Amino acid sequence: MTKHLSLAANIADADGFYERLIRLHDGLSEAESQLLNAKLVLILANHIGDEQVIAEAMELARKGVGEAHAPTT
Amino acid sequence: MPAHAYRRRPFRPAPEQQGKAGRGGVAIVGGGPVGLTCALELAAHGIPSTILEEADTVSEGSRALCWSKRSLEILNRHGVAARMVASGYTWNTGRVFHGARELYQFGLQPQGPQEFPAFTNLQQYLAEEFLHEAVARQPLIEMRWLNRVSGVEPAPDHVRIAVETPAGPYRMEADWVVAADGARSSVRRALGLDFTGRVFEDHFLIADVDVHAELPNADRRFWFQPEFGGGDTALCHKQGLGMWRVDFQLGWNIDREAEKRPERVLPRVRAMLGDHPMEITWVSIYTFQARRLARFRHGRVIFAGDAAHQVSPFGARGGNSGIQDAENLAWKLAYVIRGLAPDRLLDSYDAERGQAADENIRITSRTTDFLTPRTPASRTLRDAVLHLAADAPFARALVNSGRLSTPTIHTDSPLSTPDGEPWAGGPPTGAPCPNLALAAPDGFLLHHLGGGFRLLIFLGEAAAIPPGLASLLENLPVMPAPGIEPLLVARDAATGPVRTLRDDDGSVHEAFAAQTGTAYLIRPDQHVAARWRTPSFPAIAQALARALGMEDKA
Ligand SMILES: Cc1cc2nc3c(=O)[nH]c(=O)nc-3n(C[C@H](O)[C@H](O)[C@H](O)COP(=O)(O)OP(=O)(O)OC[C@H]3O[C@@H](n4cnc5c(N)ncnc54)[C@H](O)[C@@H]3O)c2cc1C
Repeated sequence: MTKHLSLAANIADADGFYERLIRLHDGLSEAESQLLNAKLVLILANHIGDEQVIAEAMELARKGVGEAHAPTT
Repeated sequence: MPAHAYRRRPFRPAPEQQGKAGRGGVAIVGGGPVGLTCALELAAHGIPSTILEEADTVSEGSRALCWSKRSLEILNRHGVAARMVASGYTWNTGRVFHGARELYQFGLQPQGPQEFPAFTNLQQYLAEEFLHEAVARQPLIEMRWLNRVSGVEPAPDHVRIAVETPAGPYRMEADWVVAADGARSSVRRALGLDFTGRVFEDHFLIADVDVHAELPNADRRFWFQPEFGGGDTALCHKQGLGMWRVDFQLGWNIDREAEKRPERVLPRVRAMLGDHPMEITWVSIYTFQARRLARFRHGRVIFAGDAAHQVSPFGARGGNSGIQDAENLAWKLAYVIRGLAPDRLLDSYDAERGQAADENIRITSRTTDFLTPRTPASRTLRDAVLHLAADAPFARALVNSGRLSTPTIHTDSPLSTPDGEPWAGGPPTGAPCPNLALAAPDGFLLHHLGGGFRLLIFLGEAAAIPPGLASLLENLPVMPAPGIEPLLVARDAATGPVRTLRDDDGSVHEAFAAQTGTAYLIRPDQHVAARWRTPSFPAIAQALARALGMEDKA
């Protein structure tokens, strides 16, 4: 059975997690923050490993982003 | 070692220019590594050819240097591989750095004793010189220097070729034309064929340096953001005869002419290699592309090597894949010319080597995307990978400084018979056989394969030939032309009714996942056509017909 991306809430302390995520960027420049985010994505994606789950996550993340520039045909 | 002394070859009037016009068999346009290999392979199949080469000497300057194990296995049939290894620098390990920090090393050689190293570094001009020595030994090949092909006109049953020489132009006719005339192919232009793809917006400074000192580090070394500066990335290879190849990524907006001046180049090289006595023997600045012809076969005109496809050199996939094109094409052309296979066999050249070109373009384009990120986001992700690679093993797998050339596996080729039984291990259908060591005096497995179709039959632990196999062996001689030669592989010194290879330590059985009775049908290019746990005469006959292009894939 192939696994699918789970969208149900999975982090017990949601507010705490979110705060840590923001705090992680404290004192960083825009470029440093970008780098940090990229590293985090890579670390988490590797931990998940399942290509199907990662593909679904990528698709969901891309949804609605950059739509203004999407080709109209 | 001074810079290579290019031997200039004299022009000799072609027979057609002396009133001895004769309709040629195979004309090969271009005497680079691919054209030369194709001529040698055709000759090994008994087919004569004429090579038309516009230059009067071998390839000049810094081009190919890394020759893969598979290329050497192919060239070994022509007595060229040992020469290359003896004059070259051989390696199996690459090292990757970020700044001053070593991220990881990668090994390329599979387990077990091997006849050839993963890579042999040898300047392209020397590789070509050695190929020319083999061509000169081969009476079936006519080498025409200073013969430039200026026109190609296909007709239904032959091809007309216009040639220009120092003694004026002439025309010749050939049954077949192999277009191996490189990235700027005149034949491609003569047929009006598109050759489009992607240009990578970056410049690479590439130099050959004659270093008059013993340097301690001779492995392939690749740096991202090298601590010694000089470029975004840098690459260093040892070549044959004390020569070194260095490569610096300079970016897109540079002054090409200024960067080529010795006063700009030398400091870069010294920063990398150290302050030794040295001489720069060649400098070029390259921009790389990835592109291919939509089809490699156009009737009687067939494209191979850089004339058919081009990739960036990270991964050493250009020349090495071209040599495999030559091998793939030569046996098919020979079989069609000798009437042993239908014309359609040549279409499988397009299918198989087109697959290889797609694979090489995909792999090298991924490398180039890593070396030259096209967007800020892509650059950030690349830098994130490099940051992580020192600490996190998983990130090392994402670092891409070139995925080095391996032979393409043609599993889905129209010539391949899909497995009918479950297999765990062994070379899959469509793969070249591994060149494993046999018990002395049999040498290596590939010495015994190639030329024609072979059936490798494994005896396993059996002391005698089992009855089923015995009757198969009895019937094999009535296999329709071109026939199949059986070869037994035995754990014991058992002498069978046919030629027997000795696998005393069982390593060949293991590599082929073979049990008693296992059989592999091997094509003339040493690739697996089909394999069985329990082979039968009709199944083998059918696989042979398919491997000759006589049958559609079910
Ligand atoms: C910097 C660099 C590094 C590389 N490193 C590697 C590497 O490490 N390993 C690797 O495998 N590959 C490497 N390559 C690629 C490799 O050099 C080519 O893939 C290889 O030379 C292709 O061989 P070819 O015979 O198809 O074409 P070419 O070598 O280009 O030969 C074509 C021949 O045709 C002749 N010719 C052209 N037009 C005509 C005409 N009209 N009439 C008659 N003759 C003609 C030319 O004079 C030439 O001799 C590298 C390339 C570059 C630029």
